[in-house]
Amino acid sequence: MPVTGSKYETVIGLEVHVELLTRSKIFCGCSTEFGAPPNANTCPICLGHPGTLPVLNKRAVEFAVKAAMALNCTIAEETQFARKNYFYPDLAKAYQISQSDRPIGENGWIDIEVNGQTKRIGIMRLHLEEDAGKLVHGEGGFHSLVDFNRAGTPLIEIVSEPDIRSPEEAEAYLKKLRAIMSYCEVSDVKMEQGSLRCDANISLRPVGETKLGTKTELKNMNSFANVRKALEYEQSRQAALLDKGEPIIQETRRWDEAAGKTIAMRSKEEAEDYRYFPDPDLVTIHIDKAWQDQIRQTIPELPDERKARYTSEYGLSEYDAEVITSSKKLADLFEDSLKYTSDAKAAANWIMGELLGYLNANQLEPDDIKISGKHLGEMIRLIDDGTISSKIAKQVFRDMMESGKDPDTIVKEKGLVQISDESAILEVVDKVIANNPQVVADYKGGKEKALGFLVGQVMKETKGKANPGIVNKLFKQRLNEE
Amino acid sequence: MNFFEWRLEDLHKELSERKLSVTELVKASLARIANTDEQIGAFLTLAEDEALKHAQTLDERLMNGGKRGLLFGLPIGLKDNIVTEGLLTTCASRMLENFVPVYDATVVQKLKQQDAVTIGKTNMDEFAMGSSSETSAFRPVRNPWNRDYVPGGSSGGSAASVAAGQVYFALGSDTGGSIRQPASYCGIVGLKPTYGLVSRHGLVAYASSFDQIGPLTKNVEDAAYVLQAIAGHDPMDSTSARIDIPDYSKALTGEVRGLKIGVPEQYMGEGVDSRVREKIQEALKVFEQLGAHVEEMSLAHTEYAVATYYLLSCSEASSNLARFDGVRYGVRADDADNLIDLYLESRSRGFGDEVKRRIMLGTYSLSSGYYDAYYAKAQKVRTLIRREFEEAFSRYDVLVTPTTPTPAFPIGSKINDPLTMYMNDICTIPANLAGIPAISVPCGLVDGLPVGLQIIGKAFDEMTVLRAAHAFEQNTDHHKLHPEL
Repeated sequence: MPVTGSKYETVIGLEVHVELLTRSKIFCGCSTEFGAPPNANTCPICLGHPGTLPVLNKRAVEFAVKAAMALNCTIAEETQFARKNYFYPDLAKAYQISQSDRPIGENGWIDIEVNGQTKRIGIMRLHLEEDAGKLVHGEGGFHSLVDFNRAGTPLIEIVSEPDIRSPEEAEAYLKKLRAIMSYCEVSDVKMEQGSLRCDANISLRPVGETKLGTKTELKNMNSFANVRKALEYEQSRQAALLDKGEPIIQETRRWDEAAGKTIAMRSKEEAEDYRYFPDPDLVTIHIDKAWQDQIRQTIPELPDERKARYTSEYGLSEYDAEVITSSKKLADLFEDSLKYTSDAKAAANWIMGELLGYLNANQLEPDDIKISGKHLGEMIRLIDDGTISSKIAKQVFRDMMESGKDPDTIVKEKGLVQISDESAILEVVDKVIANNPQVVADYKGGKEKALGFLVGQVMKETKGKANPGIVNKLFKQRLNEE
Repeated sequence: MNFFEWRLEDLHKELSERKLSVTELVKASLARIANTDEQIGAFLTLAEDEALKHAQTLDERLMNGGKRGLLFGLPIGLKDNIVTEGLLTTCASRMLENFVPVYDATVVQKLKQQDAVTIGKTNMDEFAMGSSSETSAFRPVRNPWNRDYVPGGSSGGSAASVAAGQVYFALGSDTGGSIRQPASYCGIVGLKPTYGLVSRHGLVAYASSFDQIGPLTKNVEDAAYVLQAIAGHDPMDSTSARIDIPDYSKALTGEVRGLKIGVPEQYMGEGVDSRVREKIQEALKVFEQLGAHVEEMSLAHTEYAVATYYLLSCSEASSNLARFDGVRYGVRADDADNLIDLYLESRSRGFGDEVKRRIMLGTYSLSSGYYDAYYAKAQKVRTLIRREFEEAFSRYDVLVTPTTPTPAFPIGSKINDPLTMYMNDICTIPANLAGIPAISVPCGLVDGLPVGLQIIGKAFDEMTVLRAAHAFEQNTDHHKLHPEL
């Protein structure tokens, strides 16, 4: 849905929550394992029992600092926690330990790629906080249960500057953010499992206007596609209101995926006052230079650096390099494959074509990929040394994707080795010539295309295993002999 | 048997010579409680069976010649805001009238390690908010010296229990004077340690940046022993200090020659009962006779202490007490129609007036638009008060003041006048704002009611505080006076 007449400029800012992959919770020793039975991973501290006190998990701070550094933030040398006070049954203490003043990171940025153009999006702040539990509503609406397993899982909240100008940019920003977090190995950033969550602020203003328009805040978008759709919907809705001269109401709106629209939740007047104040149970954290240096050393090569290397070192196109580096899994697979084949272009082509095609067709994520770089590299080598044809290779590749088996095993199990024995192929060639006199005559009469049909017949007879070069050669020999 | 007649050393000698058993000690405590607590109301919960069982275990160890902890066999009371595994912990509130904790506070673990025997949980002002122990949701505590008078608060049950000879010692908590003020009113010793010296893990929080657990004892020597047992870094409390714990008994020298004592004029002026002032002046003469230098001085920011304290402590309390929402434990309004009603009804029924008042005060001062004028401003004043003390301690070893401006007041006389009630803490609050140690020791009677002398020291210098208090005590007879019951 385009903005009506493009009279307006869209201004978007995103608030992203990322669950950190620490083994234990942020303020107690409970496990952060996903999928445990309800309330199995709890203790008096994360249940907010009277008298309990939070003790900070150092690892959570290190992960947050690492993430902030990867987002080019300035790291606070002194940082502190604050209490965000509100009542909800999934929040045992009735306050969330979060950060207000002096967050861990500020003033960062990331570069995104939209329509072949690079754009820099500012990061206002990155702070560390604890997650809440989860409500499970009973049937019939008469009771609700609380599962506190997630309570106390460390989260970072990343707030962008209002630099994003379209839903497409928003999606690109999220994807880049996800890639960076994933490269840093601070989170598994799965939106479906809630380890990456996104809220959006969106407003419109007449093109050329510098003052921000009235914004709405969008919640409940549980996939990248939904973030884009919700923003597109809200962009149109606000544009329509402005066209009619009606005011935008500052409010929080929920994305209803089934209805395909945003629905008002609460207005600014109803908004809560969280009464932030420094948490007296926790002391100021000093992140000195030495500690910062130590953490900085753990940051791996990030997507943009890898992308630059792929284009310069391997001659990949900007586009292919962007797509492959957008996922650490894909990029690692690509690089691993190059230990087994020197043909980087071929490896990239297989990833861009067959692999992503397979993921799309089966609605899978790169994390679901069963094959390794070794599998891909070895398969390319099998093509290069003539063991399999590139046509058969597509079949082998699909088998690998489904079973995770290595290409040698698949080729052997299914008898897919290319037939390069000339006498064996010649038998089939002669049979095809005998069975298709008309086509043969057409060819001899100058119809070059007819050869393709004949070759196809041989491939059909040999279930695609005949070496196509040899088939061609033999046909030409036979038909030119006569 | 009468606990007042015993020094710890002698008691332990009797035990090791098997002239006395722990079971006898515990039974004596339980009997004293049975005989006196109907009048006093010091205890909310008794752990009679558990205490006797514990005593038996300790007696067996005595027979086997096993290791004995520092506080071996002593029957003790614990303020009811210190959580005890399997033992009701109510904070004297309806909100927690059915609350049984699943873990022991760090101080409880430490006392167990030193073989003290928990007799029960002592009465207090609800959630430690009050200066008279009248805000207990269950019943007020009465002063053993005069049952028509308050014992002080909020650790009124702990103080009254020790003063009535029911237990050997008790633990209390001090946020704005809640150990020292009742100790003063009940004629015993009460020590508030430096903030961070004793773990708060397991202390139900009132105001987290002020709360400290400390001993209420019949003399200074016992205070030193109990402090020895409970002090020290705790990984479960991030605000707990990493310092080496000295041998506090080495402070009990009786020697104060050359000690520099400052007497802040603001603590001796208007509002202080002239008879109390006289007692303090008499005490200062004792110090001078012992060779200490006494000098009047000024702490100019004292007048802001009470306002600063109430703004900050109520702000923290409004957040600390938010978890009592009826969802997971404690009182729940089971007839609520929806979530908001559940919160409103549970909290309306569960909390008493004083608690509600402080939650509202604190909520207000943290609210957007008021935060800077109240909470943030009060934090700045707190810093000024802290600095003023630091400066004072560059010139003096300790500061001496009355613990309270008046002796205990009659029950019911101030409960409807919160501001007058709050002024009771005017002498004790500054030490909490600065996080520094202070002790109250008996320094005489006015109209048959005890008066307390407060000795304030610099951060983590409990040694000097104990030394001064001990020297004063051993050169006077005030601590030998006990109420008749």
